Amino acid sequence: MSGPVPFAEWLVSGLIVLGGAFVLVGSWGLVRLPSLMERLHGPTKASTLGLGALLLASVAWFQLVEGVWTTHELLVSMFLFMTAPISANMIAKVHLHRLRQNPRSEVPSPAGIPPPPPGSAQWATYEAPHEGTPGDFVGD
Amino acid sequence: MTGAVLPWALMFGFAAVGIALAMNLWRLFKGPATADRILALDTMVINVIGLIVLAGIAEGSGTSFEAALLLAMVGFVGTVAYCKFLLRGDIIE
Repeated sequence: MSGPVPFAEWLVSGLIVLGGAFVLVGSWGLVRLPSLMERLHGPTKASTLGLGALLLASVAWFQLVEGVWTTHELLVSMFLFMTAPISANMIAKVHLHRLRQNPRSEVPSPAGIPPPPPGSAQWATYEAPHEGTPGDFVGD
Repeated sequence: MTGAVLPWALMFGFAAVGIALAMNLWRLFKGPATADRILALDTMVINVIGLIVLAGIAEGSGTSFEAALLLAMVGFVGTVAYCKFLLRGDIIE
């Protein structure tokens, strides 16, 4: 193996420090913020960004120093960037659902309980399945 | 093989991810609502993926990235399963 490449080492070190700092800030937000809707911001944005920086550092390290082109990190980051918003959406739905079941059970966000959608519509988490769709217990 | 900068950066990264995991664990035990605990578990999975990636750089071997990929998938499926169970009382309707 050849000697260290100074530029590569600086790049990888900077990315690792950046990623570690963002991951730390994301988890600190999870501890520090007062309600669930605010706590969702930390892990879904800061931690995902920090992990993206760590994965980029890994790609750069294996490419520039070891001379190996790896794609697993890119797969992980692509998968993570696709699934983090879905997880956050599901957790927010659980929060709304529990808030509606028992308003005293959860700390409301500073914006208060969200207003209902217009008309006779319901949030997707509250609504019973329509007739003719899977799960309506009529045609089963 | 490495100069003077990378070991310190790796040490900082390990420390940061470790402290982040400890804070997630605190939220997992403390969290007043069930959604808080689900969120804490989801964040713990993300942090453990970061830990695996850092260990891969520290060891200089890429054999642990399959574990990271599997953990990303299993963590997402677990989070969605918890949420579906709380929302609908069932995971697969």
